Amino acid sequence: MNAFTVDGEPLPFLPGQTLAAALVASGRVAWRTTRDGRRPRGIFCGIGVCYDCLVTVDGTGGQRACLVQARAGMAVTTGEADDE
Amino acid sequence: MSEPRDLVVVGAGPAGMAAAATALDGGLRVALVDSGAAPGGQFWRHPPLLAREAVPTADLHHGLSTYRALCATLSAHERTGRLTLLLNHHVWTTARDGDGFTVHAVDRGRAPEERAVVLRAPALLVATGAYDRQLPFPGWDLPGVLTAGGLQSLLKGGGVVAGRRVVLGGTGPFLLPVAAALAARGAKVVAVCEAAAPSAWLHHPAALLRNPAKWAEGARYAGTLARHRVPVRTRTAIVGAEGAGGRVAAVRTAALDADGRPLAGTERRIEADTVGVGWGFVPQLDLLLPLGCDLADAGDGTMAAAVDDGQRTTVPGLYTAGETCGVGGAALAVSEGRLAAVSVLTDLAAPGRPGTRRPAAERRAVARHRAFARAMAQAHPLPPAWPAWLTDDTPVCRCEEVTAGAVRSARADEAAADHRQVKQLTRAGMGWCQGRMCGPAVHCLVSARDQPYAPAERLIATPVTLGALADSVEPTSDPI
Ligand SMILES: Cc1cc2nc3c(=O)[nH]c(=O)nc-3n(C[C@H](O)[C@H](O)[C@H](O)COP(=O)(O)OP(=O)(O)OC[C@H]3O[C@@H](n4cnc5c(N)ncnc54)[C@H](O)[C@@H]3O)c2cc1C
Ligand code: FES
Repeated sequence: MNAFTVDGEPLPFLPGQTLAAALVASGRVAWRTTRDGRRPRGIFCGIGVCYDCLVTVDGTGGQRACLVQARAGMAVTTGEADDE
Repeated sequence: MSEPRDLVVVGAGPAGMAAAATALDGGLRVALVDSGAAPGGQFWRHPPLLAREAVPTADLHHGLSTYRALCATLSAHERTGRLTLLLNHHVWTTARDGDGFTVHAVDRGRAPEERAVVLRAPALLVATGAYDRQLPFPGWDLPGVLTAGGLQSLLKGGGVVAGRRVVLGGTGPFLLPVAAALAARGAKVVAVCEAAAPSAWLHHPAALLRNPAKWAEGARYAGTLARHRVPVRTRTAIVGAEGAGGRVAAVRTAALDADGRPLAGTERRIEADTVGVGWGFVPQLDLLLPLGCDLADAGDGTMAAAVDDGQRTTVPGLYTAGETCGVGGAALAVSEGRLAAVSVLTDLAAPGRPGTRRPAAERRAVARHRAFARAMAQAHPLPPAWPAWLTDDTPVCRCEEVTAGAVRSARADEAAADHRQVKQLTRAGMGWCQGRMCGPAVHCLVSARDQPYAPAERLIATPVTLGALADSVEPTSDPI
Protein backbone atom coordinates (compact mmCIF):
# COMPACT_ATOMS: atom_id res chain seq x y z
CA MET A 1 0.00 0.00 0.00
CA ASN A 2 1.27 3.47 -0.89
CA ALA A 3 1.53 5.98 1.92
CA PHE A 4 2.57 9.55 2.66
CA THR A 5 2.96 10.99 6.12
CA VAL A 6 0.69 13.51 7.78
CA ASP A 7 2.45 15.18 10.71
CA GLY A 8 4.67 12.13 10.88
CA GLU A 9 1.91 9.51 10.81
CA PRO A 10 1.65 7.32 7.71
CA LEU A 11 -1.56 7.70 5.70
CA PRO A 12 -2.35 5.17 2.96
CA PHE A 13 -3.69 6.32 -0.40
CA LEU A 14 -4.80 4.79 -3.66
CA PRO A 15 -2.82 5.78 -6.73
CA GLY A 16 -4.28 8.86 -8.34
CA GLN A 17 -5.87 10.25 -5.19
CA THR A 18 -5.17 13.77 -4.08
CA LEU A 19 -3.91 14.46 -0.57
CA ALA A 20 -7.41 15.69 0.32
CA ALA A 21 -9.09 12.57 -1.08
CA ALA A 22 -6.80 10.37 1.02
CA LEU A 23 -7.43 12.48 4.13
CA VAL A 24 -11.21 12.39 3.63
CA ALA A 25 -11.10 8.64 2.94
CA SER A 26 -9.45 8.25 6.35
CA GLY A 27 -12.29 10.20 7.96
CA ARG A 28 -10.58 13.59 8.32
CA VAL A 29 -12.40 16.62 6.95
CA ALA A 30 -10.43 19.33 8.81
CA TRP A 31 -6.68 19.85 9.16
CA ARG A 32 -6.11 23.58 9.56
CA THR A 33 -7.34 26.46 11.72
CA THR A 34 -8.16 30.00 10.71
CA ARG A 35 -5.92 32.85 11.80
CA ASP A 36 -8.38 34.93 13.82
CA GLY A 37 -11.19 32.69 14.95
CA ARG A 38 -9.10 29.50 15.22
CA ARG A 39 -11.89 27.71 13.40
CA PRO A 40 -11.18 24.28 11.95
CA ARG A 41 -11.00 24.02 8.16
CA GLY A 42 -10.35 21.28 5.65
CA ILE A 43 -11.96 20.45 2.36
CA PHE A 44 -14.74 22.65 1.01
CA CYS A 45 -14.77 23.15 -2.79
CA GLY A 46 -12.64 20.16 -3.81
CA ILE A 47 -11.45 21.87 -7.00
CA GLY A 48 -8.83 24.39 -5.96
CA VAL A 49 -10.87 27.59 -5.69
CA CYS A 50 -11.60 28.07 -1.95
CA TYR A 51 -8.11 27.56 -0.40
CA ASP A 52 -9.62 26.05 2.76
CA CYS A 53 -7.54 22.89 2.37
CA LEU A 54 -4.02 24.38 2.62
CA VAL A 55 -1.20 22.14 3.85
CA THR A 56 2.58 22.16 3.82
CA VAL A 57 4.14 19.59 1.49
CA ASP A 58 7.80 18.65 1.89
CA GLY A 59 8.39 21.98 3.62
CA THR A 60 6.55 24.19 1.13
CA GLY A 61 3.47 25.89 2.58
CA GLY A 62 0.31 27.06 0.90
CA GLN A 63 -0.34 23.86 -1.07
CA ARG A 64 -3.95 22.98 -1.88
CA ALA A 65 -4.49 19.42 -0.68
CA CYS A 66 -7.38 18.96 -3.11
CA LEU A 67 -5.09 19.53 -6.10
CA VAL A 68 -1.81 17.88 -5.11
CA GLN A 69 -1.57 14.26 -6.25
CA ALA A 70 -0.37 12.03 -3.40
CA ARG A 71 3.02 10.39 -3.92
CA ALA A 72 4.58 7.75 -1.72
CA GLY A 73 6.88 9.29 0.88
CA MET A 74 5.58 12.84 0.73
CA ALA A 75 5.75 14.61 4.09
CA VAL A 76 2.60 16.62 4.72
CA THR A 77 2.26 18.86 7.76
CA THR A 78 -0.98 20.43 8.82
CA GLY A 79 -2.49 22.54 11.48
CA GLU A 80 -0.73 25.85 10.97
CA ALA A 81 -2.93 28.93 10.86
CA ASP A 82 -3.21 30.52 7.42
CA ASP A 83 0.16 29.88 5.85
CA GLU A 84 1.78 33.31 5.65
CA MET B 1 12.26 25.12 -30.44
CA SER B 2 9.16 23.32 -31.65
CA GLU B 3 7.19 24.28 -34.76
CA PRO B 4 4.90 27.27 -34.41
CA ARG B 5 1.57 26.55 -32.79
CA ASP B 6 -1.78 27.85 -34.02
CA LEU B 7 -3.93 27.62 -30.93
CA VAL B 8 -3.68 27.32 -27.16
CA VAL B 9 -6.74 25.88 -25.41
CA VAL B 10 -6.87 26.41 -21.64
CA GLY B 11 -9.16 23.92 -19.90
CA ALA B 12 -9.59 20.27 -20.87
CA GLY B 13 -13.20 19.88 -19.80
CA PRO B 14 -15.97 18.98 -22.24
CA ALA B 15 -15.64 22.37 -24.00
CA GLY B 16 -11.84 22.42 -24.26
CA MET B 17 -11.56 18.77 -25.30
CA ALA B 18 -14.14 19.19 -28.05
CA ALA B 19 -12.54 22.42 -29.22
CA ALA B 20 -9.06 20.92 -29.34
CA ALA B 21 -10.26 17.79 -31.16
CA THR B 22 -12.10 19.81 -33.82
CA ALA B 23 -9.20 22.21 -34.31
CA LEU B 24 -6.74 19.31 -34.63
CA ASP B 25 -8.98 17.48 -37.10
CA GLY B 26 -9.08 20.72 -39.08
CA GLY B 27 -5.30 20.71 -39.36
CA LEU B 28 -4.20 23.08 -36.60
CA ARG B 29 -1.33 22.59 -34.17
CA VAL B 30 -2.72 22.87 -30.67
CA ALA B 31 -1.57 23.01 -27.04
CA LEU B 32 -4.26 21.88 -24.58
CA VAL B 33 -3.49 22.92 -21.01
CA ASP B 34 -5.25 21.86 -17.80
CA SER B 35 -4.42 22.09 -14.13
CA GLY B 36 -5.98 18.68 -13.52
CA ALA B 37 -4.27 15.30 -13.66
CA ALA B 38 -6.55 13.93 -16.40
CA PRO B 39 -8.62 15.42 -19.20
CA GLY B 40 -12.38 15.61 -18.56
CA GLY B 41 -12.98 18.77 -16.52
CA GLN B 42 -15.69 18.69 -13.89
CA PHE B 43 -18.29 16.64 -15.74
CA TRP B 44 -15.89 13.90 -16.86
CA ARG B 45 -13.55 14.15 -13.88
CA HIS B 46 -11.43 10.99 -13.70
CA PRO B 47 -8.47 9.74 -11.73
CA PRO B 48 -5.23 9.99 -13.72
CA LEU B 49 -4.95 7.41 -16.51
CA LEU B 50 -2.57 5.10 -14.65
CA ALA B 51 -4.86 4.91 -11.61
CA ARG B 52 -8.14 3.96 -13.23
CA GLU B 53 -7.95 0.33 -12.18
CA ALA B 54 -7.18 1.20 -8.58
CA VAL B 55 -9.95 3.80 -8.45
CA PRO B 56 -12.80 2.72 -10.73
CA THR B 57 -15.32 5.52 -11.24
CA ALA B 58 -16.80 4.79 -14.68
CA ASP B 59 -20.12 3.79 -13.10
CA LEU B 60 -20.56 7.38 -11.86
CA HIS B 61 -20.42 8.88 -15.34
CA HIS B 62 -22.77 9.74 -18.17
CA GLY B 63 -21.93 10.38 -21.80
CA LEU B 64 -18.70 8.40 -21.56
CA SER B 65 -18.86 7.37 -25.22
CA THR B 66 -18.35 11.02 -26.22
CA TYR B 67 -15.55 11.32 -23.67
CA ARG B 68 -13.80 8.20 -24.95
CA ALA B 69 -14.12 9.32 -28.57
CA LEU B 70 -12.61 12.71 -27.70
CA CYS B 71 -9.77 11.04 -25.75
CA ALA B 72 -9.04 8.78 -28.73
CA THR B 73 -8.94 11.74 -31.13
CA LEU B 74 -6.64 13.68 -28.80
CA SER B 75 -4.30 10.70 -28.33
CA ALA B 76 -4.05 10.17 -32.07
CA HIS B 77 -3.02 13.79 -32.58
CA GLU B 78 -0.64 13.61 -29.64
CA ARG B 79 1.15 10.75 -31.37
CA THR B 80 1.60 12.79 -34.56
CA GLY B 81 3.02 15.62 -32.48
CA ARG B 82 0.38 18.14 -33.48
CA LEU B 83 -1.19 18.13 -30.01
CA THR B 84 0.82 19.09 -26.95
CA LEU B 85 -1.26 17.97 -23.94
CA LEU B 86 -0.06 19.69 -20.78
CA LEU B 87 -1.77 18.24 -17.68
CA ASN B 88 -0.99 19.46 -14.15
CA HIS B 89 -0.23 22.84 -15.70
CA HIS B 90 -1.90 25.80 -14.00
CA VAL B 91 -2.25 28.89 -16.14
CA TRP B 92 -1.74 31.92 -13.94
CA THR B 93 -2.01 34.68 -16.49
CA THR B 94 -2.40 35.42 -20.16
CA ALA B 95 -1.40 38.52 -22.11
CA ARG B 96 -1.74 39.96 -25.58
CA ASP B 97 1.48 39.66 -27.48
CA GLY B 98 1.68 41.32 -30.89
CA ASP B 99 -0.96 39.64 -33.02
CA GLY B 100 -1.38 36.75 -30.60
CA PHE B 101 -1.24 35.72 -26.99
CA THR B 102 1.23 34.58 -24.37
CA VAL B 103 0.03 32.03 -21.84
CA HIS B 104 1.97 31.72 -18.59
CA ALA B 105 1.63 28.42 -16.75
CA VAL B 106 3.37 26.53 -13.99
CA ASP B 107 3.94 22.80 -14.23
CA ARG B 108 2.95 21.28 -10.88
CA GLY B 109 3.27 17.66 -11.96
CA ARG B 110 5.70 17.16 -9.07
CA ALA B 111 4.15 19.56 -6.56
CA PRO B 112 5.28 21.37 -4.51
CA GLU B 113 7.93 21.90 -7.20
CA GLU B 114 6.99 24.48 -9.81
CA ARG B 115 8.36 24.98 -13.27
CA ALA B 116 7.44 27.97 -15.41
CA VAL B 117 6.08 27.24 -18.88
CA VAL B 118 5.35 29.92 -21.47
CA LEU B 119 3.23 29.25 -24.56
CA ARG B 120 2.57 31.52 -27.52
CA ALA B 121 0.00 31.29 -30.31
CA PRO B 122 -1.99 33.56 -32.61
CA ALA B 123 -5.30 32.23 -31.19
CA LEU B 124 -6.35 31.54 -27.60
CA LEU B 125 -9.40 29.60 -26.49
CA VAL B 126 -10.35 29.81 -22.83
CA ALA B 127 -12.56 26.96 -21.57
CA THR B 128 -12.03 27.22 -17.83
CA GLY B 129 -15.55 26.25 -16.76
CA ALA B 130 -17.23 27.36 -13.56
CA TYR B 131 -17.29 26.77 -9.81
CA ASP B 132 -20.12 26.25 -7.31
CA ARG B 133 -22.00 29.36 -6.21
CA GLN B 134 -22.34 29.58 -2.43
CA LEU B 135 -24.75 31.35 -0.11
CA PRO B 136 -23.60 31.40 3.50
CA PHE B 137 -25.74 30.15 6.39
CA PRO B 138 -24.94 29.82 10.09
CA GLY B 139 -22.52 26.89 10.39
CA TRP B 140 -21.59 26.67 6.70
CA ASP B 141 -17.92 26.79 7.63
CA LEU B 142 -18.09 23.67 9.83
CA PRO B 143 -15.86 20.80 8.65
CA GLY B 144 -17.99 18.30 6.76
CA VAL B 145 -19.93 21.02 4.97
CA LEU B 146 -18.70 20.94 1.36
CA THR B 147 -19.81 22.33 -1.94
CA ALA B 148 -22.01 19.93 -3.88
CA GLY B 149 -19.38 19.95 -6.62
CA GLY B 150 -16.69 19.14 -4.04
CA LEU B 151 -18.55 16.00 -3.00
CA GLN B 152 -18.83 15.05 -6.66
CA SER B 153 -15.16 15.69 -7.39
CA LEU B 154 -14.08 13.50 -4.46
CA LEU B 155 -16.29 10.74 -5.85
CA LYS B 156 -15.41 11.01 -9.53
CA GLY B 157 -11.76 11.91 -9.10
CA GLY B 158 -10.77 9.85 -6.09
CA GLY B 159 -13.52 7.29 -5.55
CA VAL B 160 -14.09 8.75 -2.07
CA VAL B 161 -17.51 9.03 -0.43
CA ALA B 162 -17.14 11.95 1.96
CA GLY B 163 -19.66 10.82 4.60
CA ARG B 164 -22.27 8.33 5.72
CA ARG B 165 -25.36 10.51 6.30
CA VAL B 166 -25.56 13.35 3.82
CA VAL B 167 -27.95 16.27 3.37
CA LEU B 168 -27.79 18.27 0.16
CA GLY B 169 -29.17 21.76 -0.28
CA GLY B 170 -29.33 24.73 -2.60
CA THR B 171 -30.95 24.93 -5.98
CA GLY B 172 -30.63 23.55 -9.48
CA PRO B 173 -30.69 20.27 -11.33
CA PHE B 174 -27.05 19.56 -10.37
CA LEU B 175 -28.09 18.50 -6.85
CA LEU B 176 -29.72 15.39 -8.33
CA PRO B 177 -26.68 13.76 -9.95
CA VAL B 178 -24.69 14.40 -6.77
CA ALA B 179 -27.40 12.75 -4.68
CA ALA B 180 -27.63 9.86 -7.11
CA ALA B 181 -23.84 9.30 -7.17
CA LEU B 182 -23.56 9.42 -3.36
CA ALA B 183 -26.46 7.01 -2.95
CA ALA B 184 -25.08 4.65 -5.59
CA ARG B 185 -21.80 4.51 -3.64
CA GLY B 186 -23.49 3.64 -0.36
CA ALA B 187 -23.98 6.97 1.41
CA LYS B 188 -27.35 7.53 3.05
CA VAL B 189 -28.68 10.73 1.48
CA VAL B 190 -31.24 11.75 4.09
CA ALA B 191 -32.61 14.79 2.26
CA VAL B 192 -32.16 16.93 -0.83
CA CYS B 193 -33.42 20.45 -0.06
CA GLU B 194 -34.30 22.27 -3.29
CA ALA B 195 -35.22 25.90 -2.75
CA ALA B 196 -37.23 26.23 -5.96
CA ALA B 197 -40.84 25.18 -6.45
CA PRO B 198 -41.27 22.18 -8.76
CA SER B 199 -43.93 24.03 -10.75
CA ALA B 200 -41.31 26.58 -11.85
CA TRP B 201 -40.21 24.28 -14.69
CA LEU B 202 -43.71 24.29 -16.12
CA HIS B 203 -43.37 27.96 -17.02
CA HIS B 204 -40.93 27.01 -19.78
CA PRO B 205 -42.59 24.20 -21.72
CA ALA B 206 -40.95 24.99 -25.05
CA ALA B 207 -37.37 24.86 -23.79
CA LEU B 208 -38.10 21.62 -21.96
CA LEU B 209 -39.90 19.92 -24.83
CA ARG B 210 -37.11 20.71 -27.28
CA ASN B 211 -34.60 18.90 -25.07
CA PRO B 212 -35.86 15.33 -24.65
CA ALA B 213 -32.38 14.13 -23.66
CA LYS B 214 -32.61 16.27 -20.54
CA TRP B 215 -35.91 14.63 -19.63
CA ALA B 216 -34.32 11.22 -19.95
CA GLU B 217 -31.39 12.33 -17.78
CA GLY B 218 -33.79 13.73 -15.16
CA ALA B 219 -35.82 10.52 -15.19
CA ARG B 220 -32.67 8.45 -14.65
CA TYR B 221 -31.70 10.45 -11.57
CA ALA B 222 -35.28 10.35 -10.29
CA GLY B 223 -35.21 6.55 -10.67
CA THR B 224 -31.93 6.25 -8.74
CA LEU B 225 -33.21 8.53 -5.99
CA ALA B 226 -36.49 6.61 -5.71
CA ARG B 227 -34.61 3.30 -5.54
CA HIS B 228 -32.47 4.59 -2.67
CA ARG B 229 -35.46 6.31 -1.03
CA VAL B 230 -33.86 9.74 -1.16
CA PRO B 231 -36.46 12.38 -0.26
CA VAL B 232 -36.33 15.54 -2.37
CA ARG B 233 -37.96 18.44 -0.50
CA THR B 234 -38.81 21.38 -2.73
CA ARG B 235 -39.25 24.98 -1.50
CA THR B 236 -36.96 23.98 1.35
CA ALA B 237 -33.52 25.24 2.34
CA ILE B 238 -30.77 24.40 4.79
CA VAL B 239 -30.90 27.47 7.06
CA GLY B 240 -28.30 26.41 9.60
CA ALA B 241 -25.82 23.72 10.62
CA GLU B 242 -24.64 22.57 14.04
CA GLY B 243 -21.39 20.86 14.88
CA ALA B 244 -20.18 18.34 17.43
CA GLY B 245 -16.70 16.94 17.89
CA GLY B 246 -15.16 19.24 15.30
CA ARG B 247 -17.53 18.28 12.49
CA VAL B 248 -21.03 19.04 11.30
CA ALA B 249 -23.58 16.93 13.17
CA ALA B 250 -26.96 18.26 12.04
CA VAL B 251 -28.65 20.77 9.77
CA ARG B 252 -31.72 22.88 10.32
CA THR B 253 -34.03 23.05 7.33
CA ALA B 254 -37.09 25.22 6.77
CA ALA B 255 -39.84 25.54 4.20
CA LEU B 256 -39.62 28.78 2.24
CA ASP B 257 -42.26 31.29 1.24
CA ALA B 258 -42.45 32.51 -2.35
CA ASP B 259 -39.62 35.01 -1.67
CA GLY B 260 -37.42 32.44 -0.02
CA ARG B 261 -38.06 33.52 3.56
CA PRO B 262 -38.14 30.63 6.07
CA LEU B 263 -41.73 29.98 7.17
CA ALA B 264 -42.23 30.12 10.93
CA GLY B 265 -42.91 26.75 12.49
CA THR B 266 -41.54 24.66 9.62
CA GLU B 267 -38.02 24.24 10.95
CA ARG B 268 -36.69 20.68 11.26
CA ARG B 269 -33.46 19.31 12.59
CA ILE B 270 -31.84 16.52 10.57
CA GLU B 271 -28.77 14.67 11.76
CA ALA B 272 -26.00 14.39 9.19
CA ASP B 273 -22.22 13.98 9.21
CA THR B 274 -21.82 15.58 5.78
CA VAL B 275 -23.57 18.43 4.00
CA GLY B 276 -23.31 19.46 0.35
CA VAL B 277 -24.46 22.89 -0.81
CA GLY B 278 -24.63 24.60 -4.18
CA TRP B 279 -26.66 27.40 -5.71
CA GLY B 280 -25.76 26.96 -9.34
CA PHE B 281 -22.35 27.98 -10.65
CA VAL B 282 -20.21 31.05 -11.29
CA PRO B 283 -18.31 31.25 -14.60
CA GLN B 284 -14.52 31.10 -14.13
CA LEU B 285 -13.46 34.32 -15.89
CA ASP B 286 -10.01 34.79 -14.33
CA LEU B 287 -8.08 34.50 -17.57
CA LEU B 288 -10.59 36.41 -19.68
CA LEU B 289 -11.10 39.55 -17.59
CA PRO B 290 -7.52 40.85 -17.74
CA LEU B 291 -7.59 40.49 -21.54
CA GLY B 292 -10.42 43.01 -21.57
CA CYS B 293 -13.21 41.06 -23.21
CA ASP B 294 -16.79 42.23 -22.73
CA LEU B 295 -19.21 40.46 -20.42
CA ALA B 296 -22.92 39.79 -20.78
CA ASP B 297 -25.74 38.97 -18.37
CA ALA B 298 -25.95 35.15 -18.23
CA GLY B 299 -29.53 35.26 -16.94
CA ASP B 300 -28.79 33.40 -13.69
CA GLY B 301 -27.49 36.30 -11.60
CA THR B 302 -23.94 36.09 -12.96
CA MET B 303 -22.05 37.77 -15.76
CA ALA B 304 -20.38 35.59 -18.37
CA ALA B 305 -18.15 36.24 -21.36
CA ALA B 306 -19.96 37.89 -24.27
CA VAL B 307 -19.53 35.89 -27.49
CA ASP B 308 -20.88 36.02 -31.04
CA ASP B 309 -22.56 33.01 -32.62
CA GLY B 310 -19.14 31.55 -33.33
CA GLN B 311 -17.86 31.81 -29.71
CA ARG B 312 -15.63 34.79 -30.51
CA THR B 313 -15.13 37.21 -27.63
CA THR B 314 -14.87 40.93 -28.24
CA VAL B 315 -11.06 40.60 -28.27
CA PRO B 316 -9.77 39.53 -31.72
CA GLY B 317 -8.17 36.09 -31.63
CA LEU B 318 -9.71 35.24 -28.25
CA TYR B 319 -12.43 32.58 -28.11
CA THR B 320 -14.28 31.00 -25.23
CA ALA B 321 -16.63 28.03 -24.86
CA GLY B 322 -18.50 26.15 -22.16
CA GLU B 323 -19.47 27.53 -18.80
CA THR B 324 -17.34 30.68 -19.17
CA CYS B 325 -20.15 31.81 -21.51
CA GLY B 326 -22.84 30.98 -18.96
CA VAL B 327 -23.61 27.76 -17.16
CA GLY B 328 -25.45 25.20 -19.27
CA GLY B 329 -24.06 21.70 -18.81
CA ALA B 330 -21.64 19.41 -20.58
CA ALA B 331 -23.57 18.83 -23.83
CA LEU B 332 -23.73 22.57 -24.45
CA ALA B 333 -20.04 22.87 -23.58
CA VAL B 334 -19.14 20.24 -26.19
CA SER B 335 -21.19 21.98 -28.90
CA GLU B 336 -19.71 25.36 -28.06
CA GLY B 337 -16.22 23.93 -28.06
CA ARG B 338 -16.69 22.55 -31.57
CA LEU B 339 -18.18 25.81 -32.76
CA ALA B 340 -15.32 27.83 -31.30
CA ALA B 341 -12.79 25.62 -33.08
CA VAL B 342 -14.61 26.06 -36.39
CA SER B 343 -14.33 29.84 -35.90
CA VAL B 344 -10.61 29.55 -35.17
CA LEU B 345 -10.19 27.46 -38.33
CA THR B 346 -12.14 30.03 -40.34
CA ASP B 347 -10.34 33.03 -38.87
CA LEU B 348 -6.87 31.54 -39.29
CA ALA B 349 -7.80 30.21 -42.75
CA ALA B 350 -4.68 29.67 -44.75
CA PRO B 351 -4.35 28.19 -48.22
CA GLY B 352 -3.92 24.43 -48.07
CA ARG B 353 -5.90 23.95 -44.89
CA PRO B 354 -8.70 21.43 -45.07
CA GLY B 355 -12.16 22.98 -45.32
CA THR B 356 -14.15 23.29 -42.14
CA ARG B 357 -17.35 21.45 -41.40
CA ARG B 358 -20.53 23.49 -41.78
CA PRO B 359 -21.34 24.63 -38.30
CA ALA B 360 -25.08 25.24 -38.79
CA ALA B 361 -26.16 22.07 -36.97
CA GLU B 362 -23.82 22.85 -34.08
CA ARG B 363 -25.24 26.39 -33.89
CA ARG B 364 -28.75 25.00 -33.63
CA ALA B 365 -27.66 22.64 -30.85
CA VAL B 366 -26.07 25.54 -28.96
CA ALA B 367 -29.23 27.65 -29.30
CA ARG B 368 -31.40 24.78 -28.06
CA HIS B 369 -29.16 24.02 -25.05
CA ARG B 370 -28.83 27.74 -24.22
CA ALA B 371 -32.62 28.13 -24.21
CA PHE B 372 -32.83 25.17 -21.85
CA ALA B 373 -30.13 26.65 -19.60
CA ARG B 374 -32.01 29.97 -19.41
CA ALA B 375 -35.23 28.15 -18.51
CA MET B 376 -33.36 26.24 -15.79
CA ALA B 377 -31.86 29.46 -14.44
CA GLN B 378 -35.29 31.06 -14.22
CA ALA B 379 -36.76 27.97 -12.60
CA HIS B 380 -33.93 27.89 -10.02
CA PRO B 381 -33.30 31.50 -8.97
CA LEU B 382 -31.48 32.52 -5.82
CA PRO B 383 -34.34 33.06 -3.37
CA PRO B 384 -34.34 36.87 -2.99
CA ALA B 385 -34.95 36.73 0.78
CA TRP B 386 -32.07 34.29 1.51
CA PRO B 387 -30.24 36.81 3.76
CA ALA B 388 -33.11 36.26 6.23
CA TRP B 389 -31.33 33.11 7.45
CA LEU B 390 -28.04 34.91 8.25
CA THR B 391 -27.24 35.89 11.81
CA ASP B 392 -24.94 38.86 12.43
CA ASP B 393 -22.11 36.53 13.38
CA THR B 394 -22.42 34.22 10.35
CA PRO B 395 -19.09 34.28 8.51
CA VAL B 396 -19.61 35.45 4.93
CA CYS B 397 -15.97 35.64 3.83
CA ARG B 398 -14.41 32.35 4.94
CA CYS B 399 -10.80 33.44 4.36
CA GLU B 400 -10.79 36.74 6.23
CA GLU B 401 -13.59 35.71 8.63
CA VAL B 402 -15.79 38.71 7.85
CA THR B 403 -19.29 38.36 9.26
CA ALA B 404 -22.69 39.17 7.80
CA GLY B 405 -22.99 41.89 10.45
CA ALA B 406 -19.80 43.56 9.22
CA VAL B 407 -20.93 43.45 5.59
CA ARG B 408 -24.33 44.85 6.53
CA SER B 409 -22.83 47.74 8.42
CA ALA B 410 -20.46 48.49 5.52
CA ARG B 411 -23.58 48.95 3.45
CA ALA B 412 -25.70 50.78 6.05
CA ASP B 413 -23.08 53.00 7.71
CA GLU B 414 -20.57 53.51 4.93
CA ALA B 415 -22.82 53.20 1.88
CA ALA B 416 -20.84 50.44 0.19
CA ALA B 417 -22.76 49.69 -3.02
CA ASP B 418 -20.82 46.76 -4.49
CA HIS B 419 -18.54 43.91 -3.44
CA ARG B 420 -15.41 45.85 -4.36
CA GLN B 421 -16.26 48.63 -1.90
CA VAL B 422 -17.17 46.08 0.77
CA LYS B 423 -13.74 44.53 0.22
CA GLN B 424 -12.02 47.86 0.85
CA LEU B 425 -14.02 48.42 4.04
CA THR B 426 -14.14 44.93 5.56
CA ARG B 427 -11.48 42.77 3.83
CA ALA B 428 -14.24 40.42 2.59
CA GLY B 429 -12.82 38.91 -0.59
CA MET B 430 -9.23 39.88 0.19
CA GLY B 431 -8.03 36.47 1.37
CA TRP B 432 -6.59 33.44 -0.37
CA CYS B 433 -9.64 32.72 -2.53
CA GLN B 434 -9.82 36.33 -3.71
CA GLY B 435 -13.58 36.50 -3.29
CA ARG B 436 -14.45 33.39 -5.27
CA MET B 437 -16.44 31.95 -2.36
CA CYS B 438 -17.98 35.11 -0.84
CA GLY B 439 -18.22 37.37 -3.91
CA PRO B 440 -21.67 36.34 -5.16
CA ALA B 441 -23.13 36.48 -1.62
CA VAL B 442 -21.59 39.86 -0.77
CA HIS B 443 -22.89 41.12 -4.11
CA CYS B 444 -26.44 40.02 -3.17
CA LEU B 445 -26.14 41.65 0.24
CA VAL B 446 -25.20 45.09 -1.07
CA SER B 447 -26.17 45.49 -4.74
CA ALA B 448 -29.45 46.21 -6.48
CA ARG B 449 -31.49 43.06 -6.79
CA ASP B 450 -31.52 42.58 -10.56
CA GLN B 451 -27.85 43.35 -11.10
CA PRO B 452 -25.80 40.27 -12.11
CA TYR B 453 -22.56 39.46 -10.30
CA ALA B 454 -19.27 40.11 -12.08
CA PRO B 455 -16.16 38.84 -10.30
CA ALA B 456 -13.34 41.20 -9.48
CA GLU B 457 -10.41 41.13 -11.89
CA ARG B 458 -7.62 38.95 -10.55
CA LEU B 459 -4.25 39.51 -12.09
CA ILE B 460 -3.00 36.12 -10.99
CA ALA B 461 -5.37 33.17 -11.36
CA THR B 462 -3.31 30.90 -9.09
CA PRO B 463 -0.58 31.91 -6.65
CA VAL B 464 2.89 31.17 -8.04
CA THR B 465 6.30 31.11 -6.43
CA LEU B 466 8.73 33.95 -7.03
CA GLY B 467 11.09 31.50 -8.70
CA ALA B 468 8.47 30.52 -11.25
CA LEU B 469 7.61 34.18 -11.78
CA ALA B 470 11.21 35.05 -12.47
CA ASP B 471 11.54 32.15 -14.92
CA SER B 472 8.49 33.39 -16.84
CA VAL B 473 9.86 36.87 -17.19
CA GLU B 474 13.16 35.59 -18.43
CA PRO B 475 12.49 32.12 -19.77
CA THR B 476 15.40 29.79 -19.18
CA SER B 477 14.37 27.85 -22.24
CA ASP B 478 12.54 28.60 -25.47
CA PRO B 479 8.80 28.76 -25.19
CA ILE B 480 7.34 25.32 -25.83
C1 LIG C 1 -16.90 20.79 -8.85
C2 LIG C 1 -17.88 20.63 -9.98
C3 LIG C 1 -18.41 19.36 -10.26
C4 LIG C 1 -19.32 19.19 -11.30
N1 LIG C 1 -19.81 17.94 -11.55
C5 LIG C 1 -20.79 17.78 -12.49
C6 LIG C 1 -21.43 16.52 -12.69
O1 LIG C 1 -21.07 15.54 -12.03
N2 LIG C 1 -22.44 16.44 -13.58
C7 LIG C 1 -22.84 17.53 -14.31
O2 LIG C 1 -23.78 17.40 -15.11
N3 LIG C 1 -22.24 18.72 -14.18
C8 LIG C 1 -21.25 18.88 -13.27
N4 LIG C 1 -20.68 20.12 -13.07
C9 LIG C 1 -21.07 21.21 -13.96
C10 LIG C 1 -19.96 21.40 -15.00
O3 LIG C 1 -19.49 22.71 -14.80
C11 LIG C 1 -20.39 21.21 -16.46
O4 LIG C 1 -21.34 20.25 -16.66
C12 LIG C 1 -19.20 20.90 -17.42
O5 LIG C 1 -18.15 20.22 -16.81
C13 LIG C 1 -18.72 22.20 -18.02
O6 LIG C 1 -17.75 21.97 -18.97
P1 LIG C 1 -16.63 23.06 -19.30
O7 LIG C 1 -15.77 22.43 -20.32
O8 LIG C 1 -17.28 24.36 -19.63
O9 LIG C 1 -15.85 23.32 -17.94
P2 LIG C 1 -15.13 22.32 -16.91
O10 LIG C 1 -15.60 20.95 -17.04
O11 LIG C 1 -15.24 23.00 -15.60
O12 LIG C 1 -13.60 22.35 -17.39
C14 LIG C 1 -12.77 23.45 -17.15
C15 LIG C 1 -11.35 22.95 -17.05
O13 LIG C 1 -10.49 24.07 -17.01
C16 LIG C 1 -9.45 23.82 -16.10
N5 LIG C 1 -8.95 25.11 -15.64
C17 LIG C 1 -9.64 26.13 -15.07
N6 LIG C 1 -8.83 27.16 -14.79
C18 LIG C 1 -7.59 26.79 -15.19
C19 LIG C 1 -6.31 27.42 -15.17
N7 LIG C 1 -6.15 28.68 -14.69
N8 LIG C 1 -5.25 26.74 -15.65
C20 LIG C 1 -5.39 25.49 -16.16
N9 LIG C 1 -6.58 24.84 -16.20
C21 LIG C 1 -7.65 25.48 -15.74
C22 LIG C 1 -10.08 22.99 -15.01
O14 LIG C 1 -9.11 22.19 -14.37
C23 LIG C 1 -11.09 22.16 -15.79
O15 LIG C 1 -10.59 20.89 -16.13
C24 LIG C 1 -19.73 20.31 -12.05
C25 LIG C 1 -19.20 21.58 -11.78
C26 LIG C 1 -18.28 21.75 -10.74
C27 LIG C 1 -17.74 23.11 -10.45
S1 FES D 1 -10.90 22.38 -1.06
FE1 FES D 1 -11.14 24.32 -1.97
S2 FES D 1 -9.12 24.72 -2.62
FE2 FES D 1 -8.97 22.73 -1.91
